[in-house]
Amino acid sequence: MRKTSLDMVYELAKRDPRVVFIGSDLGPDTLKQLKAEFPRQFLMEGVSEANIVTMAAGLAMEGKIPYINTIATFLTRRCFEQIVLDLGLHNTKVRLIASGGGVVYAPLGPTHLAIDDIAILRAVPNMTILAPADADEMRRLMLQTLEVNGPVYVRLGKGGDPIVSRADLPCEIGKAILMREGKGALIVTTGICLQVALAAADELEKQGISARVLHVHTLKPLDSAAIYENAARVPIVVTIEEHTIVGGLGSAVAEIIAEASFNPPKRFRRIGIPDVFPDQYGSQASLMARYDITAEHLAGVIKELRSKTA
Amino acid sequence: MIVRTIEAGKRGHVGAAFSIVEILRVLYDDILKFDAANPRWPERDRCILSKGHGCIALYVLLAEKGFFPESELWKFCASNGILGGHPEYGKVPGVEASTGSLGHGLSFGVGFALHAKLEQDNHRVFVIVGDGECSEGSIWEAALCAAKHQLSQLTVLVDYNKQQTYGTIAEVQGLEPLTEKWASFGFAVREVNGHDVDELRNTLREVPFDSNKPSVIICHTVKGKGTSLTKGNLAWHHKAKVSETEVASLFASLDAE
Repeated sequence: MRKTSLDMVYELAKRDPRVVFIGSDLGPDTLKQLKAEFPRQFLMEGVSEANIVTMAAGLAMEGKIPYINTIATFLTRRCFEQIVLDLGLHNTKVRLIASGGGVVYAPLGPTHLAIDDIAILRAVPNMTILAPADADEMRRLMLQTLEVNGPVYVRLGKGGDPIVSRADLPCEIGKAILMREGKGALIVTTGICLQVALAAADELEKQGISARVLHVHTLKPLDSAAIYENAARVPIVVTIEEHTIVGGLGSAVAEIIAEASFNPPKRFRRIGIPDVFPDQYGSQASLMARYDITAEHLAGVIKELRSKTA
Repeated sequence: MIVRTIEAGKRGHVGAAFSIVEILRVLYDDILKFDAANPRWPERDRCILSKGHGCIALYVLLAEKGFFPESELWKFCASNGILGGHPEYGKVPGVEASTGSLGHGLSFGVGFALHAKLEQDNHRVFVIVGDGECSEGSIWEAALCAAKHQLSQLTVLVDYNKQQTYGTIAEVQGLEPLTEKWASFGFAVREVNGHDVDELRNTLREVPFDSNKPSVIICHTVKGKGTSLTKGNLAWHHKAKVSETEVASLFASLDAE
């Protein structure tokens, strides 16, 4: 997904001279075509995220649209105050292209695991947060980032993720996509967990349970209306995300459900990383399995909640 | 005017404002290109007060130059005013970036200057940083970046009043040798008496000191200079609930010169 996203930056830079790419000490071949063809739109800076983010804000205030790329944890935690004040408060058109959202960098340990990026950025006014399901959807969303006023965060997956998004459905920043109809339960998901949600829905269908799947590629501004309307049609709502359950998609959906005061109340559960630092290496898949972010577990939770409903 | 503004808001970073009075006076009287009637004039020079807590001195000058009516000063920190305890971009005409959290202004300045260089614009960028602020790591990230891009459009003015909130700079976290530090980070460095208007003016007229380097002027200043009450007095770094008696004392202790 990272390569596709950087290819998109090249495409955007070609069509709009305001686009400037800023890397934070990335690999030697990063966007070399952009550097060769449009050297004034390519900057490779040192390992200095705080300066890069504020410098990008300065460039944006002069009319540029900077796209910054580095590893998600460093692009969020390290420079959080710069994001809050210089991107959020100043409402600058800076794009943060975050490599390795979630537990992609499992072998590299907890310093490299971006399990809280959505939670902390959700608290920043003016921020747009995108978590595409696969490279195709990322391409569709990246094309729209040129026009968004204010800062945008794009959470990238590992790359090579199976394509589960659909070109035949409208894809618009700020609008959740109903991927599957169903009456038995609603699964709300984001990012690459869409594939997990769809697999669970397939499994449930075999057992005679129909599950709706709502894909929330834009976590902020959140499509609260779609979440409310889809939740209203089912007795059970379950969220699943490759992120801590503290403050992410699950929390956001819980807020909507709680404030909706449904009668009868919804059976509700969040699936995600619990409030811990992951304690194993391995792979993205093995860490997700460790924390039950799987189709089997999701299907099991829905069946368990069905029994409580009855 | 600074004291009257403090009187209106009953609070303020008093010492931090007094130490940069001459720096701002020379910048806005003799150096900066600006159009107060058109604060976003593209060809203007950009001036960022990175040590945003010194903003009362900036507000007084911006009002004097016509960026906003003087009456705004008397609403300092009021709910219906535009002038807060730290300056805000988009709210205060003439303010180029919201500052208040230290260590941000220089990176904004690097962004502005880099844009000018990329677009071959002629305007210049001036950033006033505090000495206490130079403890922030982001200042030195920005300095490395400015030197790398050879941003001769950029001039940093360090308000070196040798005091911070707890005590002297030397006690809290020393900066010496400060001149050598900036030079080793790739800046062309000069030192001036930050209260000597002629020396400031002559030095600022010579920037850039090196056509391939950003410039820095270490301004030796005295915190709170201007009144005998605040001069070098840590108690006046920031004051809240300033009483009428204290305001009267400030007026009485204003230097005659």
